[in-house]
This record gives sequence, C-alpha cells and structure tokens, in this order.
Amino acid sequence: MATAVQTVERETYLNNGYSLQSWLLTRDHKRIAILYLISITAMFFVGGFFAMLIRLELLTPAGDLVTSDTYNKLFTMHGIVMVFFFLIPSVPAVLGNFCIPLMVGAKDLAFPRINLLSWYLYIIGAIFALVSMTLGGVDTGWTFYTPFSTHYSNTHVVGVALGIFIAGFSSILTGLNFIVTIHRMRAPGLTWTRLPLFCWSHYATSIIMILGTPVIAITLLLVALERLLHIGVFNPALGGDPVLFQHLFWFYSHPAVYIMILPGMGVISEVVTCFSHKRVFGYEFVALASIAIAVLGFLVWAHHMFVAGISVYAALVFSLLSYFVAIPSAVKVFNWTATLYKGSVRYDTPMLYAFGFIGLFTMGGLTGVFLASLGIDVHVTDTYFVVAHFHYVMVGGMVMAYMAGLHFWWPKMTGKLYPEGWAKLSALLVFVGFNLTFFPQFVLGYMGMPRRYHAYPPEFQVLNVMSTAGASVLAVGYVLPMIYFVWSMRYGEDAGPNPWNAVGLEWMTPSPPPTYNFEETPIVTWEAYDYEHLPEHDEEVAVGH
Amino acid sequence: MWKNLPLFPDQASSIAIQVDGLYAFLIAVSAFFTLLIFALIFVFAVKFRKAAHPKAEQIEGSLPLELTWTLIPLGISMIFFAWGALIYFQQARPPRGAMEVYGVGKQWMWKFEHETGQREINSLHVPLGRDVRVILSSQDVIHSFYVPAFRVKTDALPGRYTSTWFRPTKVGTYHLFCAEYCGTEHSGMIGEVVVMEPVAYQAWLAAGGASASLASNGKELFTQLGCATCHRTDTQGRGPNLVGVYGKPVQLNDGRTVMADENYIRESITNPQAKIVAGFQPIMPTFQGQVTEESLGALVSYVKSLSQPQQKAEGGAPAVATSTSN
Repeated sequence: MATAVQTVERETYLNNGYSLQSWLLTRDHKRIAILYLISITAMFFVGGFFAMLIRLELLTPAGDLVTSDTYNKLFTMHGIVMVFFFLIPSVPAVLGNFCIPLMVGAKDLAFPRINLLSWYLYIIGAIFALVSMTLGGVDTGWTFYTPFSTHYSNTHVVGVALGIFIAGFSSILTGLNFIVTIHRMRAPGLTWTRLPLFCWSHYATSIIMILGTPVIAITLLLVALERLLHIGVFNPALGGDPVLFQHLFWFYSHPAVYIMILPGMGVISEVVTCFSHKRVFGYEFVALASIAIAVLGFLVWAHHMFVAGISVYAALVFSLLSYFVAIPSAVKVFNWTATLYKGSVRYDTPMLYAFGFIGLFTMGGLTGVFLASLGIDVHVTDTYFVVAHFHYVMVGGMVMAYMAGLHFWWPKMTGKLYPEGWAKLSALLVFVGFNLTFFPQFVLGYMGMPRRYHAYPPEFQVLNVMSTAGASVLAVGYVLPMIYFVWSMRYGEDAGPNPWNAVGLEWMTPSPPPTYNFEETPIVTWEAYDYEHLPEHDEEVAVGH
Repeated sequence: MWKNLPLFPDQASSIAIQVDGLYAFLIAVSAFFTLLIFALIFVFAVKFRKAAHPKAEQIEGSLPLELTWTLIPLGISMIFFAWGALIYFQQARPPRGAMEVYGVGKQWMWKFEHETGQREINSLHVPLGRDVRVILSSQDVIHSFYVPAFRVKTDALPGRYTSTWFRPTKVGTYHLFCAEYCGTEHSGMIGEVVVMEPVAYQAWLAAGGASASLASNGKELFTQLGCATCHRTDTQGRGPNLVGVYGKPVQLNDGRTVMADENYIRESITNPQAKIVAGFQPIMPTFQGQVTEESLGALVSYVKSLSQPQQKAEGGAPAVATSTSN
C-alpha cells in the first residue's frame, strides 16, 4: 500500500526564512558571515579591477594608457579597497563569524545584534568609499601622507577617509565580539588549551583590532579637520608636523598587517592538522606565537620611516624590535612543517593552498627581514621591493589562507562539495600566476624602480611585462572559484557533516548547520586536534538529526 | 663584479659595495631557509602521504626543537641587524670636509645649488672621489631624494632640513628618482646625477656662470632683510652674535641646550619664538612666507660660513676646497 509520505526538509540556517528581511535583519552569525562573504567578494573584484588597469599601464614605460592623475587614483583606490574593505574583514568577518561559535560549542556569538551592526557599518563605510571613487576618486596613496593629503590633493580625501573611519568601527565591534565569545561562551570542558588554534589567532587579531583601530580613526579625523578647517596638525605651513602623521598612521597600520595575517595563520593550523590527520606540533608554541605577534606588532611601526627624517637612534630601536617580531612567525612555519612529519597527508584543495601559504609566507616574511635591516632598507624602501614583499605576505600569504579556509569550510557552510578538479587547477594557477607577478618586482625594486610610478625608464620594462603576464594568470585563478563555488551550490555533491574527517566541534553538526548550531550543548572531553580518538567523538557528542 | 648582471644597478658610490654585500648575504641565508622549508614540505608530504603512511603518529612537540628554531633565527637576525646598523651609521654620518649641495624638491622637479652659487635643475654634477653632502628640503609636499646607483635615499621634507651624503666612485650619469609619492607628476620627477673627473668638474663649475657663492648671496640677504641690525658682531645687538654659532651648543632661556645645526638656524628664521637664546628677548619677527627655500639655503650657508676658519671666496671664482676628503 502506498501512503503519501510528507518529508519535512531539515531546518538549516539557510532555509530558516527566505525573505530579504530575514537576511538583512538576521542575528544569526552564519547569515552575517554570508552577508560579509558577498560584500567582500564584490570589493575584492573592485580592487582587482583597479589592479588590472595598473598592470596594463605598466606594460609600457610611457604613461600611455591612463593619465597620471588617473593612475595615481588607481593605485590609491586599489590599496584602500584591498586593505580596508577586503583583507582586514576577510577571514575574521567571514570564516571567523561562521566558525567561532561552532568551534566553541555556542549557539551564536556573545552579541548577535552588534555583529549585524558591524556588517551595516562595513556597508556604510564601503558606500562612502565607493561613492567618492565614482565621483572622481582619491589620489593620495592608501597611506594619505601629509601635507599632500591635507593641502595639495584635489580629490575626495574626506569622503574616503570617512568611509574608512566608519568601517573601522566594524572592525572594533567584531574584535569585541570575538574576545567576549571566546572568554565566556566556551562549551563545558573546552579549556583554553583545548581551543582550536583558529580561535587563538582570532583572539590575538581581536586585541589588535580593538587597540589599534581607534588610532587610525583619530588620525583620519585629524586629516579631515586639517583639510576642511585648516587646523595645523600635519602641515608645516600651518605649524604642523608631517612626520607626526606618519607616526600616527603607522602606529595602526603596522599592527593592521598582523590583523591581516593572524586569522590566515589560524586557518592554516586547522587545515594542516586535518589533512595530516594529526595534532599540531607544538600547540602551546603556536598559540603563544599568535599573542606574541599581536603584542610585538605594536612596537615596530617606525620601520616604515627609516628614511623619513627620524633620528638614527630611533631607527636602531625599531630595526631591532622588527627582528623580534619576525621570530614568532618563523616558529609557526617550523611547527606547521613539523606537523606533516609522520602524518597521513592528503592533497585536497585546502591543503594545496596551505602548502602555498607556507612557502610564500616564508618568502614574504624573509624579505621583511631584508627591510628591517637598516643598511638595505635605505636602498629598497619606497621601491617595488616593498611592493613585492607585502604582496607576498598579503596575497601569497593571507589570500591563499582565505582560499584554503573557504574551500575547507565551504561544505559546512553550504552543505555542498565544490568540484575538486577545477579547485586544484585554480590553486595551481594562483600559485604560478602569483609568483610570476610578484617575484620580478623584487628585482625591479633592487634595481631602483620606485613605487607609485606611472611611467618608468625603459630598462625596467622586461620585468614589468613579466609581472603583468603573471597577473593575467593569477586573475584566472581567482575567477574560476567564483564560478565553481556558485555552480556547487546547485549542482555540487552533498557534503555531509564531516567530509574531511576532521576533529572539531564544527564538524559534529550537520552541513549546513541548523540555526542554533547544536542539538544540545556539547561537552568537550578531548584535547585539541585529537585525531587519535576521532572515531569515538562521534558517539560522544549528540549530533543533530 | 656585479656590473654585468642586469639585476643590480651600478655600484657607483663607496657605500654601494657594502650594501650589495649585505644584500648578497641576506639572499644566501633566505634562499637557504626557503629551500629548506620547501624541501621539507615536499619530502614530508610525499613520504607521509596517506597511501604510503595510512596511520598518522600523534606527536605533541619537542621543547628542544622549539628552542633551537627560536634561538637560531634570533641569532641570525642579530647578525642582520648589526651589519645593517653599521652600514646605516656610515650612511648617517658624513665625513668632515664634505662638499655641500643644497637640494630643494618641489612639485615636480629638483633644484640644486652648489656652494659656489652654481644652480642646476633636475641634474646634479659632482666630482669623483669627493664626499658630497646634500642638504634637502621641500617647497611643498614630502619628496624623496633617491639615487639607486649610490644606494642612497632620504626624504625631503617641507619646513625642515634632512641630509644625506655619498662618495661617488665611478664616472657616469645615474638616475635620480623622487621616491615619495608627491602627486600628479611624481614619476616625472626624474633627474640625473653626473659624476665627473675632478678636473672636468672644476671646469664645469667655472663655465657655469655663477655670479656669487651661496654664502655671499646669503650675506646680501642678511643685510637686505635687516638681520644685521639686530645680529651685530659686537655686544650691542638685540640678537645673538652669529659668528661661530653654527656647530656649537646653544643655551636657551628655558634651560635647554641645543646644537646649532642647519635645522636650528632654519627654525630660528621661520619660527624664532620656538627657541630663545638665554639672555635675549623674544622679539625676532618670523620670516615664514617671506623667504623662499633657496633664500633660506643661502642664509643658512652664510651663517655656517661665519664659523669657518677661511671665508668663502666671493665673486665668480669657484671656492677652493678647504680640506680633502677622508
């Protein structure tokens, strides 16, 4: 006998309401993460578009594709969009928001409404910036050096500065939420030393977000005040000090680069352990290294100013401290490498990105060591050597870590698997394209090509052409995931709760998770990355239907 | 040795070889560690791939290993730091007797003035083997004086002097770049540094048609602007006697002692209320906005000349160097 069986679709955070209002007024950290994902992806392609125009212009020595003013706006806006509207939120606002409550066994972050507010602040800030860019842009460089930005530039400095100011609060609120969540909302049994390293990294990041962001906010406010009201803070013609601006700006912007790398390091810890199927080597050292980076990162800002007119003694102190901050990063790289030893290594896409990260971050970090050396820095600061260095750590490092994390948690977020073949191809294209784009720039820098140059002497052309060629390959590597991720949401294979056979609370709930994450609050009785006892976990914790 | 490699600029100054030496060392050590990490990852990932090594061994860590790979990089870093610092000390301290050139950056060109009064725009002629000190400032925004072949770079700031020095070791023409973004034609602010044999350089100076030395221009300005009325050489002046001031400490009325360097002299002209010499009244008016960068350079040069044992020659004859290079 045939009876009509009505199947009830399992409740997940994705089908719990389809209206626009249910998304735009959501308090669910997972939905907010998706809102961020869409926003920062859009900003990534805006910034990438500017990069494409820059690299096209630099194919020839003459400034013949765009005018000088346009070129200056392009590199400025590329920097601003990529730093403030892509990299700083990327891993924390997307993967941190999605995963941290799951990883600590909580229903949501400590302050869900503040989380939503942080997204709105990001959007408002982005709108200010985008509108200013549409109305004519800004040409001060993302570094806004004075008195050019406060007196001589004829572009929309205040509009963009306001956008960054507002978006800064998004950062601060995110940091606040993470710190309180990690302190107060861990499931029973989840002690600090059992926390996933992803949480440790985000904790360290949040410290920087909260302590550092107010400084850039005030600095940009002072720039706006000087520009609008001619109050002399930075302009010597008004009695101000242009070097003071640099101190204030870099006091935030140096720690900001650690905001941009620590979350990525957290991703790598998760991915390397899962795909080696073992606990991380030296857990305490990796955890403490994150905190050390956050603290030491606040003490090195004037290494951006070695030729700016600071005293020899100040330069010595900052050079020395810059070497100290490099050490914890090196320790992490060694620990990840050692984690592979006697592991059981799989080559899934997240792991390929993690391998790429470790290699490229090592190169980027080592070139930072070049820059910390005073005698060398005098020659290569303000040249393409610096451009290559920071792209190695931010793109070769952080963006690859973001891609690793996106691929790793995509099945959890969407319940679908992406096509592995295409994903591996993209990872390869990104790795090859990236190196071809940025390695020549180290050589260009040492040869003396300054940064922010619209036109350049002809002897620099060959390396510039190589760099642009690499950028085209890199671009393909970034566009492909856009396509296959979207494809996977409809046609991808169902993922199941734990497609990677990973240890972690987020893998003990269905994919996609229900709105309240867990059927019952989990009770944690195992150490972090307890791969030895993996099969027993699934019986201990009640999994949702 | 490096000149045939298209990867390095010319080594045209006495410091360039040292900078390149440190660079080579950094490359060697970095290449070693990079290749080490790449190799270890490759070997571990292949040797312990799942198919070959299905059961992972759960290793917690190793304190001795952690200490080793913390302390060894720290030690190597300290070598990089010390070596870089030593070079930097040299770059920061011009030898005595260096010839001086005043450089002014402005959107979007470089202006140089030699002590003999010779002026140049977007080019700088210097003699081979002589120590040259460039005293820099900007007329508007921050620029940066960068000569890759010399491995020398210093920002040029508005409102303040910075300086750098070099000893050219190879005849030739080298790029001068502005290395601090300064607006529309930042990349057009390119000049050339021309290193000449000393004889050729003297000939170039003589042919330049400079009518008066920088210091004598300064002396004229000093009179024209009325400085001489207060800054007299007897004890009756309302302002301090400036003979012998440059290069010595000055006691201020608030108890501080400062060194009378170029920035002190400059500040005394543009913001005289900032530092008052002990025993004098704060009555000097500011000349901010009334003097150009070039005039400031001339005045500073003049005040400096009041501390030199030999007066600079006035008129068209190029000044004879007062001392040879080290």
